[in-house]
Parts: sequence; structure tokens; C-alpha cells
Amino acid sequence: MSLLEATDRAPTTSSAGWAGSRRPTLIALTLITIVSVVVAIGLGPIGVSPPTVLRIIAHHMFGLFEAESWARTEDAIIWEVRLPRVLLGAIVGSALGVVGVTLQAIVRNPLAEPYILGVSSGASTGAAAAILFGIGSGLGAESVSLMAFFGALGALALVLALARSTGRITPSRMLVAGVAVSYLLSAVTSLLILFAHSAEGARAVMFWLLGSLANADWSTLPIGYVGMGVGMVLVFWWRRRLDLLALGDETAMASGVDPGRTRLLLVVVVALCVGFAVSLSGGIGFVGLAAPHIARRIVGPIHRHLIPASAALGTLMLVWADVAARMALQPRELPIGVVTGVVGAPVLVALVRKLNHSN
Amino acid sequence: MIAATGIDLRLGAADVLSGAQLCTRSGQVVGLIGPNGSGKSSLLRCLYGMLRPNRGVVLIDDEAIGSMSQRSIARSVSVVTQDASADGIDISVGEFVLLGRHVHRGDHQGFTDDDRKAALKGLELVDMSGFVERSLNHLSGGERQRVMIARCIAQQSPVILLDEPTNHLDVRYQHEVLTLVRRLKIDTIVVLHDLNLASRYCDHLVLLDDGKVVHQGRPDDVLRSDVLEPVYGIEVRLLADGQHSHLAFGPLAP
Repeated sequence: MSLLEATDRAPTTSSAGWAGSRRPTLIALTLITIVSVVVAIGLGPIGVSPPTVLRIIAHHMFGLFEAESWARTEDAIIWEVRLPRVLLGAIVGSALGVVGVTLQAIVRNPLAEPYILGVSSGASTGAAAAILFGIGSGLGAESVSLMAFFGALGALALVLALARSTGRITPSRMLVAGVAVSYLLSAVTSLLILFAHSAEGARAVMFWLLGSLANADWSTLPIGYVGMGVGMVLVFWWRRRLDLLALGDETAMASGVDPGRTRLLLVVVVALCVGFAVSLSGGIGFVGLAAPHIARRIVGPIHRHLIPASAALGTLMLVWADVAARMALQPRELPIGVVTGVVGAPVLVALVRKLNHSN
Repeated sequence: MIAATGIDLRLGAADVLSGAQLCTRSGQVVGLIGPNGSGKSSLLRCLYGMLRPNRGVVLIDDEAIGSMSQRSIARSVSVVTQDASADGIDISVGEFVLLGRHVHRGDHQGFTDDDRKAALKGLELVDMSGFVERSLNHLSGGERQRVMIARCIAQQSPVILLDEPTNHLDVRYQHEVLTLVRRLKIDTIVVLHDLNLASRYCDHLVLLDDGKVVHQGRPDDVLRSDVLEPVYGIEVRLLADGQHSHLAFGPLAP
């Protein structure tokens, strides 16, 4: 009889403390995120209290409360401007957080971030072509966003073609292809700006490159929520494959996960998410890099905890960065990418120093 | 059981394996030995689909590995790989072993209490049940290898492959890990560098040289100076201390 059969008895160690031990943390994070979103909607050059915010939302969604109990301007500001803006920030922030986690696992590099696959450069090139030369104007009112989306997909196709040219996709090949495509497309965008000879157009492209939630409106929100929502659900579906990929290709293979195929699936999902995010809000840096790092410190490296935590932190970071963007220099508005960069860089440096310390 | 026959493998311009064959033996530990670059690890990697041979077949319970999903391969074969370093990933021992249960659960399913029990049982068998909450990165080399084996046990596959499990271990842990492998009494193939360890812990040895199996049989039949000297290019002498025999190595006389 083998040892495996001989010891078929109940384990003496309790299994408590494995499952669900991060649940209180995740619930707390979710609550903080929801409260933040409600508070953030009320903040801006014209402040509205959270209870009024909730009443206005309930009035529009469920027909509750009388519209006379708050000012008309408040209603317009909350429902037409801030709510779509904060909701866009929430979905883009969580998508960037989830995408960052995913990429860090599949390329096994803690410096991976959503834009490492050249997707944002592609989106920027598409948007610049639309803004400066009116390319794709036949696509209708959302031509800039659509061109950005197509640019993102084009960049992804290029990266995958380069990364796959010699067989299966490996992390290093993907990183190099992503960096190369990024540089190439950034150069194309610069050329477009140079040739356009339009100061106003150049400023519009610049604002777009730095990212902004100012273009949020009810017409584009649903597609963003569906696109990024589906992407995030798929990533969570494959959460254990991410755990295994992060441990190395051989370990993944030995545990029944084909790393090449899984990486390809995830990269496509990730690029779609980033494509939606960039086309709706421009290139917002740092969230996708910092949210996963902070999340990992709070809930650990297991992706069933890490994915929701990173989503919540991405939302928190972006929603509050947007509050800062619209309040810091009012009535002028800062590009949100500037805020995330200025606040995020010191945070990341502090994180890295702490990491070095603990190592 | 796994059986590989006529395996040719080319990596880049190099012929790594040519016509290699290997199979598990019921309840026994098969040792795969040979000089650096002889193709030991590559042959092992062909057995679980990590490398696809250019020619030849790998059969798992008479089914060709090429027609199996990676998940069904992993249900039959678990592997102690060389890359499971968890560098920079602060994963706990319990969670790591639990991931061995992935093959038994769909992507959407969470792990059940049965999975946690299987993981704990694996850790108990390697005498590591007190380490569930510990970080994998904070273990000694020997403890880490035992955790790797616990993960294979949790995977509950009928075959275990080990790729140089004694690398970087001091002598005590080398013996501890291989003693553990023997105690499992399931079909095992282990790549080993150390011929004395191979002699002591394997039931059957397969000697590779330059991508070919040049000799195989019981350790006594393989670990002979007339077999090893042409392969390793070094003088081999057999020393016996009554209980065990040991191999001593020295440069070939000019």
C-alpha cells in the first residue's frame, strides 16, 4: 500500500484562515469605494451634499423624492455632468487596476502597466488623426473615440504579430514588441502634430494624451461599462490561471494551464479593456501601475483577492484624482494624467523603497 | 503510466534529443542521469507537454499526449519544476499547494473544503502542515522542495516527475527529499545530477548522452566505470563501505 493511501485520515491542522480571510478587507474596500464615489459626485466648484446627491440620483432613476427640494442647477450639475464623469472614472479606474494586475502576472514583471502593450500609443495615434486631420469623421459624433479604439486594436495586432513571429508568445518578446510599437506610434503621433500646423489641434491632442474625464456623457457610458465590465469578468474568471502564470510557465503547464494560449486570451481581453478606457478618457497613467502594487500589499498576491482589490483601488485613485483635477486650480481644470503622475510618482518611489527595505 | 519512444527534439539549431525513450515503472523511482547538456531535463519536459518533440510519441495511459488537453495531462502527471521560485510573489505555502488542485476544478469554480483537505494532506505527508500560513519565500531550500512535492501530492496524479529536486540543497536535505520521494511509492521519474544519490534512491536508471539513451537498468548495472567513463570523460571508481557502494571520480589518466 502506498503512503498516499495509508494516510487517508483527517488532517490535524485546521484549514481555517485560508478561505475568506480577506473578505472583511475586501468588503471594507468596496464600502469605502462606494462612499467615495457618492462624496466625489458632490465635490467641485459647486459643492452638493452627499444626501442631496443620493436624492437626485434616486429621483432620476426611480422617480423618488420631489425635484423641488434641490436647486435646478444642482440637478443639472449632478445628473448631467458629475455623475457620468465620476461613473466613467469609476469604470476606467477599476479597469486600469484589473488590467495592471493581469499584465503584471502574464509578463511576470511588476513594472508592467496597461500601456505597455502599445495600446495607448495606438489609441493616441488614432485620436490625433481624427482630431487633427478629421480622419474617420464619417464615423459620426464619436469619431475621435472610435478612431482611438481602432488605433488601440491596430497596435495590439501589430504587437501580437511581432511577439508571435517566432512561435509562441513569451513575456520578454511581448514586452519588447510592446515597447517598440509604443515608440513607433508615439513618433507617428508627433509627426501628425507637426504636419497639422494647428496650435489648437495640438492642444486638443495634448489634453487627450494626458487624459481627462471631462468628455463623459450618458451616451458613451453604457458601451464603456459593458466593454470593460465583460473584460474584468473574464479576467476574474481566469483568476487561478493568473496565479499559475505568475509562478512561471513550467508551473502553469504542470498545473494544467497552457501558458501560451492563456496569455494570448488575456492579452486580447486586456487590450479591449484598455481600448475602451483610452478611447473614453485618454491616456491616464500610473493608476494601472500603482493600484496593483498597493492592492498586493493589502490583500496579498492571490488573484481572487487581488483583482477585486485592485479594481476598487483603481476606482478610488481615479475618482479622487479627478476631484483634485477639477478643484485644484478652479475654474481651470487640470488634465487628470498630470494629477495621477504628480501624486502617483512619490507614492511609487516610497513603495519601491519600502520593498527594497523588506527584501 | 507514461511511455515515450523515438523522441527527437530540436531546439533552434541544436539536436537536443535523438531517438530517446523512457517510461515509468509501476511504483518505482526511475532516475534520469547524464552529463550536462545530455537532454535530461528536455526529455522530462516532453513528458508533460512543456516541450513538443519533433518526432516520436509520448503516451499517457496509451493516449497520445498531443491529443490531450493540458488539463488532462496534468491530471495524470504532476511535476516538481525548476522554475517554481515564486520570486517576488509573496504566496503562502497553503495557497501554493492548493493551486495543485486547479486541475480538478473548472476555471469558474472556487476551491472546496475537499481541496483544502487534499492540500493539507499533502503538507502532512511531507511534514510541513505547520507551515500553511508561512510565505513560500521564507522557507529554506529543503522546506521549499518539500512544499513542491506536497503540491504534487495534492494534485493526486498517478505519476510524479521531478526536475533536479536536489539542486541547491545541502547534503542533509538532498537525502531528506529523496527519502520522501521513495516513501510516496508512486510512479516517479527524477532527473538527478548526483550519481551517488541516483544509486541510493532509484530503482531503475536511464543514462542519457548527447540526446540518446546509452544505457539503462538497475543502478548496479548502469553505475559501472566501463559505462560511465566514456560518457562523462572522467575516471570512475566504485568504493564499498559494506552497506552502500559509492562512486568516486577523478580526472582520467593522460
